[in-house]
Amino acid sequence: MATPYSQARRFGRLAVPVLTASALALALAACGGEAPSATTAGKPAEKVTLSIALFGDFGFKPLYEEYKKTHPNVEIVERVTQFNDHHNNLVKRLATNAGAADVEAVEVGYISSFTAQADKFHDLKQYGLDKRQSDYLDWKWQQGLSKDGSKLLGLGTDVGGLAMCYRKDLFEKAGLPTDREKVAELWPTWEQYIETGKKFASGVKDAKFVDSPGEIFRAIVNQAPVGLYDAQDQIVVATNPEVKKAWDLSNQLTQNDLTAKLAAFSPPWNTGFAKGSFATIICPAWMTGYIQEQAKDATGKWDIAKVPGGSGNSGGSHLMLPKQGKHPKEAAELIDFLTSKDNQARVFKEEGTFPSIPALYDDPSIQSFTKPFFGDAPIGKIYSDAARNLKPQHLGPKEGDVRIAIGDGLGRVEQGKQTPDEAWAQVVADVQKIK
Amino acid sequence: MATLQATARRGHRRLVRHTLDLKLSPYAYIAPFFLLFCAFGVFPLIFTAWVSLHEWTLTSDVHTFVGADNFTTLLGDGYFWNATFNTFSIGIISTVPQLVLAIWLAHLLNRPLRAQTFFRITLLVPNVTSVVAVVVIFSQLFGRDYGLINWMLSWFGIDGVAWAEGTATSHVAISAMIMWRWTGYNALIFLAAMQAVPKELYEAATLDGASNLTQLRKITIPMIRPTIVFVVTVSTIGAMQILAEPLLFGAGSGAGGITSGGPDHQFQTLALYVYDLGFNKFDFGYASAASWVMFLFVVLAAGVNYLLTRRMGGAFK
Repeated sequence: MATPYSQARRFGRLAVPVLTASALALALAACGGEAPSATTAGKPAEKVTLSIALFGDFGFKPLYEEYKKTHPNVEIVERVTQFNDHHNNLVKRLATNAGAADVEAVEVGYISSFTAQADKFHDLKQYGLDKRQSDYLDWKWQQGLSKDGSKLLGLGTDVGGLAMCYRKDLFEKAGLPTDREKVAELWPTWEQYIETGKKFASGVKDAKFVDSPGEIFRAIVNQAPVGLYDAQDQIVVATNPEVKKAWDLSNQLTQNDLTAKLAAFSPPWNTGFAKGSFATIICPAWMTGYIQEQAKDATGKWDIAKVPGGSGNSGGSHLMLPKQGKHPKEAAELIDFLTSKDNQARVFKEEGTFPSIPALYDDPSIQSFTKPFFGDAPIGKIYSDAARNLKPQHLGPKEGDVRIAIGDGLGRVEQGKQTPDEAWAQVVADVQKIK
Repeated sequence: MATLQATARRGHRRLVRHTLDLKLSPYAYIAPFFLLFCAFGVFPLIFTAWVSLHEWTLTSDVHTFVGADNFTTLLGDGYFWNATFNTFSIGIISTVPQLVLAIWLAHLLNRPLRAQTFFRITLLVPNVTSVVAVVVIFSQLFGRDYGLINWMLSWFGIDGVAWAEGTATSHVAISAMIMWRWTGYNALIFLAAMQAVPKELYEAATLDGASNLTQLRKITIPMIRPTIVFVVTVSTIGAMQILAEPLLFGAGSGAGGITSGGPDHQFQTLALYVYDLGFNKFDFGYASAASWVMFLFVVLAAGVNYLLTRRMGGAFK
């Protein structure tokens, strides 16, 4: 769910001063109007502008219109920045106490670094949002709590249950089965996934089996009970055998020349979708929306099968309420609205991001939901099963930075700069420097 | 007698005022610049030096004094020296051909041409385009799978050059972006200097049978030497501070961290490394130490260049 960096960047450069200026103007206007509105209940409410900062298209735009029907005095401004920049900017804005949006989205890889700064965010319990606890997957709810569990700092939007998307036409060309049940039987384990890749490569020369090893690595790690951090927030990259296993498996893809060497979310990767440069891609629910957007001409060519190696989570977000905002009450209502059961279901149907509300998993409209783009694959059922079987994993405060260090290592092997062992040694050294 | 004295005194006073005016007013005139420079130039420089002696991160309010620790760590930091190498490499690959090309272009334009203004303005167009637009387009041109340059190279049997992956190839690609933006600008500065060279020298040389190239080497270059020194110095300082090109090129080609300049840090320049430390890792103390060392490198490089270009000019005399 990230826009190409350059566009986002350009937009960001323009948007920040413009938005800051308008926010300032509005803040001044609000100050002027505050005194009377505080005393005159019953009069039409004052105009309020809420900004919401996201790192890609969350599919919220139609919801804003809906929200305005019940809150005619509220204007909503969406700011979209590229994934890394978004989280980096939020750190800066919290530290300097200026510039944060009224509502900030935080991806699961970064959530614990922000819940650790409980004094910078409003406790959503103040606005009565603890009533939502029973709606949520328990682990998703826990991730939004402060370290000591006393405050509710973020409310979940989606979860990224894992599946594997594949190109039927390329599989057929390679002489592999195309039916999603049969395809899933090809790869109960990651080792078998790699074997399937080798078979694919012997049949198809003008496309690769997988886009790049980075997201595969992330998926394998996410399936393990313990990932990059242990429960005490210590980085265990060097000592956790599951991480090393994921590293080795990912590099086997590279060493067997099965990857298209297209780094996720880069412009060449987008082109790769359009040109059909790779046959499989790891597919958390939110990825389906991305594929549909990038591979517009490929309706019916993509399908979705079970992921190798069992269930896991990859991605998903929370919405948080920084204390800097001028209208916490309205912003908290917006968070409640955007994450409501009905709206999560709606966003899933339109955008693909999968709800974090288990009651929906049995909902017939979700269970029977299919998408023509994916050859009428029962994506509602696939992701419901994935989310239900998911084993939650503890994520540490610098999850994002650790991932980048490992991603660079995989990249060095992929680009032929280092052997996997050399690259691993450097990854371990780089990770040690992360404070 | 009294009036005479008074006149003398008055004359003296006027003289004092006059000398004061002569001696002080120039300082008053330039004061605004220097006041601003102190606020936005000197103060940050000194403050950065102060920060560099501390363990100073964005997220913590405690700043521990650590003396020269940051600097000693820096000297043993492989990524720092890698960034230093990349900076000099990209600096040389971009600056040297760029200046030669700029002099040549200026020389071509220094002759009577039709639509002179048109050509001169055209030279400046790449410089006024946004660096973001330039890098985005060049990143596509240098694309591995569907880039225009690889497509043209394939006519000569060279296939699939992964420009962003290799150290040398990525430096060439980034240098091309820098040259695209700055060659025309420098050519215009050279052109302005060339127009001040007396025409008689060329006429005499033509009568003596000197070729076009000889005239360029023996007359033009020695006559515009101060401008060359200026342009070389400014270009060197600019080359030391390259940030946007590798940052956006990395974003365009993907993989890992955007500020790491490729997974192997193969095109991470010093400025990008400082940016990575300061605004990605929020380690302000270490980033300040790195920017101070970078500042010393700039001073050093500018000094070496100054000496070299002075000698070069002398050789032509």
